[in-house]
Amino acid sequence: MTYETVIGLEVHVELGTKSKIFCSCDTSFGAPPNSHVCPVCMGSPGVLPVLNEEALRLGMKAALALNCQVRTDSKFDRKNYFYPDSPKAYQISQYDEPIGEQGYVEIEVNGEKKRIGITRVHLEEDAGKLNHSPFGDGSFVDFNRVGIPLIEIVSEPDLRTPEEARLYLEQIKAIMQYCEVSECKMEEGSLRCDANISLRPYGQEAFGTKAEIKNMNSFRNVERGLEFEQQRQEKALTRGEVIVQETRRFDEATGSTISMRGKEDAHDYRYFPDPDLPRIIVSDAFLTACQEEIPELPAAKRERFMQAYGLPAYDAGVLTTSRFLAEFFDATAQQVSDPKAASNWLMGDVLAYMNASGESIEAIRVTPTQFADLIGLIEDGTISTKIAKTVLKTMLDSGKAPKQIIEEQGLVQISDVDALTAIAKAVIERNPAAVQDVLEGKEKAIGSLVGQMMKETKGKANPAVVNQLLKDLILS
Amino acid sequence: MIDFRKGLRALQKALQQGEVTPQDLVLHSLTTIEEQDSVIQAFLRTESHVAKQRAQVVTSTVTTREDNVLAGIPYALKDNMCYEGVETTCASKILAGYIPPHTATAAHRLDHAGGILIGKVNLDEFAMGSTTENSAYFSTHNPWHPDYVPGGSSGGSAAAVAAGMVPYALGSDTGGSIRQPASFCGVVGLKPTYGRVSRFGLVSYASSLDQIGPITNSVEDAAIVLSAIAGFDERDATCANVPVDDYVGALTGDVKGLRIGVAAELMGEGIDERVRNAVQKAIDLLQSLGATVVPIHLPHLSYAIATYYLIAPAEASSNLARFDGVRYGYRAPQADNLLSMYSKTRSAGFGDEVKRRILLGTYALSSGYYDAYYKRAQQMRTLIAQDFQQAYEHVDVIVAPTSPVLPFRLGEASDDPVTNYLIDICTIPVNLAGLPAISVPCDVVEGLPVGLQIIGNMFDEATILRVADTYEKHSPFAALREAKWGGAAQ
Ligand SMILES: [Zn+2]
Repeated sequence: MTYETVIGLEVHVELGTKSKIFCSCDTSFGAPPNSHVCPVCMGSPGVLPVLNEEALRLGMKAALALNCQVRTDSKFDRKNYFYPDSPKAYQISQYDEPIGEQGYVEIEVNGEKKRIGITRVHLEEDAGKLNHSPFGDGSFVDFNRVGIPLIEIVSEPDLRTPEEARLYLEQIKAIMQYCEVSECKMEEGSLRCDANISLRPYGQEAFGTKAEIKNMNSFRNVERGLEFEQQRQEKALTRGEVIVQETRRFDEATGSTISMRGKEDAHDYRYFPDPDLPRIIVSDAFLTACQEEIPELPAAKRERFMQAYGLPAYDAGVLTTSRFLAEFFDATAQQVSDPKAASNWLMGDVLAYMNASGESIEAIRVTPTQFADLIGLIEDGTISTKIAKTVLKTMLDSGKAPKQIIEEQGLVQISDVDALTAIAKAVIERNPAAVQDVLEGKEKAIGSLVGQMMKETKGKANPAVVNQLLKDLILS
Repeated sequence: MIDFRKGLRALQKALQQGEVTPQDLVLHSLTTIEEQDSVIQAFLRTESHVAKQRAQVVTSTVTTREDNVLAGIPYALKDNMCYEGVETTCASKILAGYIPPHTATAAHRLDHAGGILIGKVNLDEFAMGSTTENSAYFSTHNPWHPDYVPGGSSGGSAAAVAAGMVPYALGSDTGGSIRQPASFCGVVGLKPTYGRVSRFGLVSYASSLDQIGPITNSVEDAAIVLSAIAGFDERDATCANVPVDDYVGALTGDVKGLRIGVAAELMGEGIDERVRNAVQKAIDLLQSLGATVVPIHLPHLSYAIATYYLIAPAEASSNLARFDGVRYGYRAPQADNLLSMYSKTRSAGFGDEVKRRILLGTYALSSGYYDAYYKRAQQMRTLIAQDFQQAYEHVDVIVAPTSPVLPFRLGEASDDPVTNYLIDICTIPVNLAGLPAISVPCDVVEGLPVGLQIIGNMFDEATILRVADTYEKHSPFAALREAKWGGAAQ
């Protein structure tokens, strides 16, 4: 029997507010333990939460960008549980009235568009972080993360492969970044993902028993963890075993998933409306402002890049993964006659340079206009492709304009036949064998002569002009 | 000669005329506590050092701030309100030794007005109870008769004021905890509208019902203290941004034309006849002063106790979950693991009544029971609030007894918690509806005070203060009180 995989993701995204959701503590990452805390987020007796409007604004933007129907009148609930990472012994979350419902995102699988449903988007506060002593002498809790605003995005069980799950997650990340809702750094925990996965025989409508997979801390590990779990369940089912509903932890070292706890350990969270917080009423003006702050989203941008600039789907996809990269390309493309050339340079040399220097594209020192100028100088033959590589590197190093670099380093391409004739004659003189080959119709032999010309001119000679000049001199 | 019972205006005048200094008032307070508190046991702790220092600091504000009645005058705080650097226990073992890093907004505003904190007073543990016998430390006694309870849960606040140890105190009221002890101790207690006074710094019992208010010697004093503590606070999202009326200016001494509602449901069965008679006399007096008495109905009132004992414990079960021994307060020794640390800490740290309400609330919120209990209680709460709103279409205030019974002896309360819960029948509906209400003494029966409750419409503290003040000026209680304390205050 063959099985169909069914996956749904629960994604937590930290909202990029300056301060926490219910107090004024700093949210920046990497501070010493328990340095970003106050009586409110520490759950001291007698303190009360007050909603940070910025968290609501970002949450609303996210819900709108995910095509959700948003609630303009919702509420916060308490999710009660005892654990040292939760100073109040409850988490302020949203239970039955999330800010967003019935949304979707589109992913592209093998060139086909697929719509993935979003069940709900809700606001909540993050919990603290437990650090267990490696010496087994205790556990330590860091409350810096307590109260950092989160949205939880729950997908419909619409994903069918681990690859789709990764594509969906990348799409969520791109949308959040485009909307400036979150930086979505998985390595810092500002994007976290749990997955529900089950298998069912093809054609069967009812879902199989699911496992929840936790601790997949990178895009690649989400795919790996789900691939492992898919195979594990498939093997078990093929052997006639029964899948137990449980929570499993992804182990990065072995690439496998390990059982954490069964269904019987499930909590009763005793949700009820938080009496310390009034209902969340969103005015029309607030909602309109959120709506207006949502930029052109990655899917629409990709479409436009293909239409307006004639880019292949692959290029459009790569260039729109980051809003900055997309906008950089967009600005460049409007100033050049060959946007595909700009795309090649950007995806090739520029991204390779940024990768090698360990910087993100946002750190680029070149402006789109400078970059467009470089493309123009290649097109009009002022510099060769080879020289352009050198110029681009200098641009990326220094932020200088390409014309200035060319001038300073004397890199202008020599296309002047008169200037090249003397050198060409000398090269012909020194290489009678190659000349003979050319005369005998061995076209390739011209290559070595061109190479010598380039060497003589330190690469500045225009290869096309040189090629023609040599042919003219030898064959005439 | 200092007598705190003569009221805040008299103290302000004495201070301004240089007859006394803030230091004198602090010393008088500390001396009275020393003399009387071995019997009354209102104070969990005094902060004599801090108070003496504060007295020096605020001396200058006494003369320069004419309009500020509270400058240089001591007060006491119920020990469920935080004050920076001062131990706050909620009369529970679980918070023993806890020193908060923050001050409750209400206390902060009193300090801003020049007030001087003398100390923290006793309560039923986490404000759960009506006798102050549920304190983990000791029971407080009624100054009118030390064999009797002072009421609760703000029993320490009411007893301290009644005994003349402080001119006023703050209490908190979730189901009657300001009004009932005020009634039992023969003083004035005001529970403001929910949201009128910030709850920031008040250790939550039931967040949707809790409200801080003053316990004072007179209605005018209640108006003065309320003026100082009322108003919007950005640190409490449930604190209303509604303008604060001129409460002192509202005391016109006149009730002519006011419509006074009397609900059969609050004057009938279950009300001690002696209490009913005293309240009826008060109603007659108000009528003779020009008010109109209008019979009203509050049809859902019989559900109030059940409603309250689902909502309040549900909220409490969640609010008190943070006392887990991890970050502050008591932690049980010799726990083997996390779960045993939690259960040992909470088993030893909480008293029986607190545990009972946590269990009750946990049950009411549990999966499968939520709809039947908590949700239905919320629906009933809405109906009760609507009953009052409909009544206020015809009346300006509603009067009722504060407590259906006279003060009783310590240890006399029933072993059956449900019977005890019933004695809050007159006060609980007011919290459920979020309304303001004041208890003003109206009689003394068999040597024990009786309180008249005046319940107002939302944010209409001004009218209940006006009615209470007018009543107080004509009430026979002043003479009865004089007879009781006549020579007591030195
Ligand atoms: Zn904080």
